Amino acid sequence: MFKRPFDALCALMLLMSSALAADKPKELVVGITTFLSGPASVFGVPGKNAADLLIADLNAKGGILGVPLRPIFIDEGAGINQLMSEYRRVVLNEKADVMLASISSASCLALTPIAEDLKVPNILWDCSTPRIFEDNDYKYSVRTQAHSGAEMLAAALYLIRNKPHFKTIAGVNQDYAAGRDQWGLFLVALKALKPDVEVVAELFPKFGAPDYSTEITRLQALRPDVIVNTSWGGDLDTFVQQAAARGVMTQSTFVFPLGESSLERLGNAMPPGVIIGGRGDHYFLHPKYAQQPAFRAFVTRYREKTNAYPIYPVLHMAQAFAALEDAYEKAAQTNNVPWPSSEQLMAAFRGLKFRGLTSEVTIREDNQGLEDQLIGTTIRVPEYDFAILDRISIYPAKLVTTPVGERSADWLSKIKPEIASDPSIETFTAGK
Amino acid sequence: MRPEILLGGAAAFVLAIVPALVPWTAVMLTIALAIGLSVLGIVVLLRAGQVSFGHGLYYATGAYTVAFLVSARLSLDALILIPLGGLVATLIALAFGVFAVRYRDIFFAMINLAISMVAFALLEKLYHITGGGDGMNVARPTLGGVRLGRAAFEGWMFYTTLATVAIASFLVGRYLDSPLGRALEAVKSNETRLEYLGVSGNRVLHVGYAISAALAGISGAIIAIVNGHVAPEFAYWVRSGEFVFIAILGGAGNVVGAFAGSIVFEVIRNHAAAFAADYWQTILGLSLIVIIMFAPDGLTQLRFIRRKAQS
Repeated sequence: MFKRPFDALCALMLLMSSALAADKPKELVVGITTFLSGPASVFGVPGKNAADLLIADLNAKGGILGVPLRPIFIDEGAGINQLMSEYRRVVLNEKADVMLASISSASCLALTPIAEDLKVPNILWDCSTPRIFEDNDYKYSVRTQAHSGAEMLAAALYLIRNKPHFKTIAGVNQDYAAGRDQWGLFLVALKALKPDVEVVAELFPKFGAPDYSTEITRLQALRPDVIVNTSWGGDLDTFVQQAAARGVMTQSTFVFPLGESSLERLGNAMPPGVIIGGRGDHYFLHPKYAQQPAFRAFVTRYREKTNAYPIYPVLHMAQAFAALEDAYEKAAQTNNVPWPSSEQLMAAFRGLKFRGLTSEVTIREDNQGLEDQLIGTTIRVPEYDFAILDRISIYPAKLVTTPVGERSADWLSKIKPEIASDPSIETFTAGK
Repeated sequence: MRPEILLGGAAAFVLAIVPALVPWTAVMLTIALAIGLSVLGIVVLLRAGQVSFGHGLYYATGAYTVAFLVSARLSLDALILIPLGGLVATLIALAFGVFAVRYRDIFFAMINLAISMVAFALLEKLYHITGGGDGMNVARPTLGGVRLGRAAFEGWMFYTTLATVAIASFLVGRYLDSPLGRALEAVKSNETRLEYLGVSGNRVLHVGYAISAALAGISGAIIAIVNGHVAPEFAYWVRSGEFVFIAILGGAGNVVGAFAGSIVFEVIRNHAAAFAADYWQTILGLSLIVIIMFAPDGLTQLRFIRRKAQS
C-alpha cells in the first residue's frame, strides 16, 4: 500500500536532484571588476592582462571540469554607482556564474551585499578591508588572499625589527576605506609593539589625487623619522615622484606596505632603503620560487606579453583562478555531481588549500584567506633599472592573521613585541 | 497642454509594459526615470532661463537622507523615505535659496556649483559620519509595508518610480501653466517688466528653485533605495552637469523631454559599458555628439522636424 506513493516520491526527488545539480554548461562566464580607466588603471590593467593569460591557459587544457571560461570585464574606474549597476547587469543579463570583485575596498564593501542578494559566488580577488568578514557573515563571498590586518602587522613587525630606533612617525594615506583601515591598523599594531612612538601627522589626501605638494610640504617641515604610505597604483607613483623631486625620499625612512606594485614603474625615483610590502608573498624575485621552473615560466610569459614584470595584482589574479579551479573540482568530487551548484561551490571554498604562483593559501571557515606576507627593503643593483628588494622577510599567515571571531583592531592592540623575532619568520639575507 | 498629457500618458503606458516583457530592464529604467526627476528640476529652472550646475547637492541630500534614516534602523518604509528625501532637499533649497536666487545666469550657475562642491567636500571628509569616499550602504527597506525579495522589489520599485514620475510630471505641468509658472518665463524674457507688474522676480525663482530641489531630492532618494548605496559623487559637479546635459539632450524646457533624454542617456551608457569595458567613455561621448548633431534642439524636437517636412 505504502509502496506506490513512496516510489513516486523517490522518482520526484531524483528528478529534482538532477534539476538542481544541472548538467555542465557550455561555458563558465566569469565577471571580473578591475580598474580599466583612471589613475588606478596602472594597477588594474595588469590584473586584466593576467586574467586573459590565465584563462587562455585554463581553456587550453579544457577549462574547469571540461567547461571553457569566458571573462567579462567591468571597469571599476567608472565610479561606485555605475560599477554596481554593471555588476548587476553582468550577473542578471550575461548570466555570469562567478564574479571576481574587486580591487578597491570601497568597491568590495558596496558589491558584497549585492553578491549576497543575487546569490552569485563572489571572489574578493584583491581588496583588503578586514571589515568585510569581521562585521558581516557572507555566504556568497570568499577572499582568496589576506586582509589589511595581516599586511599592516607584517609591515610593523619588519619596521620594528629592522629600524628599531625611531621616535616620530607620520602617515599619508588615501582617504577611503582601505587607506583609513590600513593606517588605523598599522598604528594600533605599532603602538602595541612600541608604545613610546609619537605620531606627528595623519594626512588623508583624496583617492586618486593628482598633487601631493601640501602633504609633502608638511612632511618636509615635520621631518618625522618614519613616514608610512599605504597607497597603491597611480597614487603611490605620483606621491613618490613628487616626494623624490623635492628630496623628501631620503629624509625619512619610508614604509610602503603596498609598494611592490610600483617598483618597476617608479624606476630611478625609488631610492634604496625604503621598506616595501608585497600584499601577500608576491614578488617576481620571490626568494623561494624565483628559481622554480613554473614560476619563472610565468614571469617570462607575462613579461613577453605585457613588457613588464608581474606585480601583486597579477599574482592575486592567479590565486583567484587557482582557488576557483580547485573549488569547482572539490565541489564536484564531494557532491559527486558533474557540475556543482553555486551553494556547493561556496561550501567547497571553506577549508580549501590552493596554490597560485607563490605559497599555499588556506581559506578559513569565515571565508577569509590565510596568506603569507613578504616585506623587504629596496636596494639598487646594476641588473635592473629600478629598485629591487633585499633583506626579505616572509611572515607566515598563521602568525600575522587575526584569529576567527576577533576584530583586527582589538587583536592587534594585544600584540606582544616578541613576535617580531618569532622563529617562524623566514629571512633571506642580501645576495640570495 | 492636452497633447503633452496624451503623449506622456502613452509613454508611461508603454514604459509600464516593457519590464513585464523584458525583466532586466526594470532597474535600468527605474534609474533612468529617477534621474529624469532631477532633470525635470533643471527643466523648471530652464523655464526661467537659469541653469544650476549644483543640483547634485539636492540629489545627494535626498540620497543621504535615505541612507541615514535606514542606517538609524527606524525601519521606515520606502514610500515614506522617498518623500522625506524630497522634503529635506526642499528645506535646504529654501535656506540656500535666500541668497542663491538673487543671482542670475552664470552667477546663479556658479553659486550653485560652489554650494554643491562644499557639500561634496564635507561628504568626502567627514569619514566617520558619512563613510567618506566609500559612501554608505543602504539596506533594502520595506515597500508598502511588505519585505520583498530582490526581483519583486525591483519590479515594484519600478512601478513606484513610474507612478512618482507621472504624478510629478502632472504637477510640474500644472505649475508651469499656472501664473506662478508663467512668471518664470517672464524672469527669462523681461524681469524688469515683471517687477513693474508688482511680482518679485526673486520670489518667483525661489519657488521654482525649491520645487526643482524637491524633484532632485526625490530622485536621489529613489536612487539610494534602488542602488543600495550612496557616495559623495552624487554631489560632484560632474553629476550636476550630467543633469543639465540630459535636459538639453531631451529638449530644454520640456517635461516629456526630461525623461526621454534620461532614458536615452542611461541606455547608451549601459550599452557602451557592456560593449566595451575599456573605452566606454569614448562610445558614450561619440554617440552623444551624434545626437546633438542630428537633433540640436533635443530629442523631443525630432517630431517637429518631421511635421515640418510633411507640411
